[in-house]
Amino acid sequence: MDENNFALQMQDITVEFPGVLANDHVNIDCKKGEVLGLLGENGAGKTTLMNVLYGLYPPTEGRILLDGKEVHIGSPLEAIQQGIGMVHQHFKLVDTLSVIENVILGIPTKKQRLDLEPAKKRLLQLCEEYELFVDPDEIVWRLPVGKQQWVEILKALYRDCKVLVLDEPTAVLTPAESDQLCRAIRRITADGRSVIFISHKLREVIQITDRITVIRDGKYIGTLATKDATQIKLAQMMVGRPVTIERKSRPVIEDLKPVLVMKNVNAKDDRGIQALKNLNLTVHAGEIVGVAGVDGNGQRELAECIAGLRKPTSGTITINDKRVTGVIADPTFVGFIPEDRQKTGLVMDFSIADNLIMKDYQNAPYAQNNVLQYTAIKKHARDMIRKYHVKTPSEDVRVRNLSGGNQQKVVIAREIDPEPVLDIASHPTRGLDLGAVANVHDTLLKERNRGAAVLFISAELQEVMALSDRIIVLFGGEIMGELNGEDADQEVIGQLMLGHHPEN
Amino acid sequence: MSLEIIIDWLQAALRWAAPLIIVSIGEVYSERSGVINMGIEGIMLFGALTGIAAGFYLNSLWLAVIITAIIGLILGFAVAYLTVSRRTNQVVTGLMINMVSLGATDMIFSMMSETRKARVATFPAIFPSSMTNIPVLGKLLFAQPISTWVALILPFFAAYVLYKTRWGLNVRAVGDNPKAAATAGLSVIKIKYQTVVLSSIFAALGGCALSLAEVGYFSAGGMTAGRGFIVMAACVVAGWDPVRTALICIAFGAADAAQLRIQTLSSTIPYQFLQMLPYIVTIIALTIMVKRSRVPKTWGAPYDPKDV
Repeated sequence: MDENNFALQMQDITVEFPGVLANDHVNIDCKKGEVLGLLGENGAGKTTLMNVLYGLYPPTEGRILLDGKEVHIGSPLEAIQQGIGMVHQHFKLVDTLSVIENVILGIPTKKQRLDLEPAKKRLLQLCEEYELFVDPDEIVWRLPVGKQQWVEILKALYRDCKVLVLDEPTAVLTPAESDQLCRAIRRITADGRSVIFISHKLREVIQITDRITVIRDGKYIGTLATKDATQIKLAQMMVGRPVTIERKSRPVIEDLKPVLVMKNVNAKDDRGIQALKNLNLTVHAGEIVGVAGVDGNGQRELAECIAGLRKPTSGTITINDKRVTGVIADPTFVGFIPEDRQKTGLVMDFSIADNLIMKDYQNAPYAQNNVLQYTAIKKHARDMIRKYHVKTPSEDVRVRNLSGGNQQKVVIAREIDPEPVLDIASHPTRGLDLGAVANVHDTLLKERNRGAAVLFISAELQEVMALSDRIIVLFGGEIMGELNGEDADQEVIGQLMLGHHPEN
Repeated sequence: MSLEIIIDWLQAALRWAAPLIIVSIGEVYSERSGVINMGIEGIMLFGALTGIAAGFYLNSLWLAVIITAIIGLILGFAVAYLTVSRRTNQVVTGLMINMVSLGATDMIFSMMSETRKARVATFPAIFPSSMTNIPVLGKLLFAQPISTWVALILPFFAAYVLYKTRWGLNVRAVGDNPKAAATAGLSVIKIKYQTVVLSSIFAALGGCALSLAEVGYFSAGGMTAGRGFIVMAACVVAGWDPVRTALICIAFGAADAAQLRIQTLSSTIPYQFLQMLPYIVTIIALTIMVKRSRVPKTWGAPYDPKDV
């Protein structure tokens, strides 16, 4: 292969953080007009590698070549100037500014006056060209996350990037938006630009990429042409052992006792718009009720109402015949795995040990006479770390420094270990890699078999079908339909998710 | 008679508000970029003293203004070094700067005893004295010193810069999401330095407007009397918008001018209570308005460029 065909080569990249080898001699290369998949579990070092490329960290070792020439990238500005565009997993948009302001932000210019009209024109051209439509004048926080993703991509294209890195771009997209993204990626590479597509979703990676590089634990595992790849092969490379998501067998539990009973519940969302409409739902002990639906159809409000974090405008919610009127503090009553573990599930700057007692800190043995008992707290933390396989050097580590999967394990340990009668799991696998997903699924199933009532909310249809005893589909705050988990049909659920009643 | 009192009161209100407005312009920028420059109270003191001292020794108002700006610039770099580069707590740093400034200005002033004896020439009015005879407006506006006029025009210019220029966009972006701004290729640290230094220059100039606009002397023991803090409150109440902040400053100036007038008119209300009036107005305004204003997202939070 001719050297010059490579738009980007990263050779022997090694990044050492104090005590951690985040990247250990990783090699990737990407040809012009190619989509390279970068596959690896969370914490495998994908993002670190890309941050090196974007000039955010200097590599301890290794070199970067663009168009065959070695380059030094010392800052994001240099990366942009060298033709590297990056869409970070957590968007880097100023959400109080308009779309167009975000797009032009940071582009060096001599003109001080803010003349947005020509920029808007160019942006709209790009929107047309790649069929990623956004209103240039809309304020970013008003946009749904999918559209924010378009803004990020357009921002990079506006800067005429040669290599576009997409870090977990589909994590926040609906299936329809993912398809749209795929089409856009095809158009981007048709121009001779290269795309690096970071993901841990195998199906998508196989669908969209030309070649795939797999890294695991910061080490380079291998690169293969997508046409030679299978999901099973990739999963094994990624995890180092075989993994599958299939419907889990389970014991039949007779004589189901209702635990969660919701009657005619109405609720509003943060903007004051009706989010739940006359919702009736019962979840029994020993069953998993899966809530399917496109994000933003009342799932969050449903979970928050049950957990007592949001007041319904009317209707009643009872758990074990006790009416929910406010936040439920009793950890043996409700376990709540919130959808955003970083914002609502954890205090990121607290240690693992402190996070683990957050629901119980005022009780013995963790506190005596209002003084925290750190011997007991730390012992508890060590027990939990062992029991839930949290990967960490010690219980004193701040949760901020854990990978997403390990953070989720901390939340799960805190919420589920006290054996609550009801578990609410809101997108518990979002952003997690295969190993961690399997872990969460196993835990929820164990909860069910123990006799807990489990409400499982997810936008991933596959896992809802794999895990649920019953499936309800939310659309526009209403239950569009209810299916038996054992024989649910994906097509039917898909129709219900879009608000259509499939013909009988 | 009563109209005369009202005009007189409004005229005083504008005059009292002018230094506040000048200080507020800089503070709006600084806080928009995420840094609360709480040292403005102390920097105002330095500005007030520098204005008087330079005016006295050099006998030139304009040189006094230039030197005051330079003093503001130097102090601004000190504040920026501490709060931006060293990431010290912005509130504590500001308080310490204010304490130091109070002591330092008093000490320097006491060493320059000759400045006490004579009053320094104050800022002139820019319009010919014949125009002051125009009814109402003449006294209200045309008799005002140049500093008042600067204060009246500046907010509009500042708003233009904040909303309609690249630099203004950068400032807003940095305050709301420094990481996003850095990823887009901006130097967050540089922009924060610029706004903090600018706010300090404006604070010094505001202080100089306080001492040189009318009284022409410096009074030891904190002649700014918390005006820097009032400006900070005005920024919050007005939602960090230059023009609205200026309006709040005028409201405060009006309250201040009113209490001075009531003091002379009535002896039944204790003067200490009247002196509290402008501050009470501020507290009430804060309670009512604060919920409605949109805080810059990283207001007062230190920014570590390594933290990505």
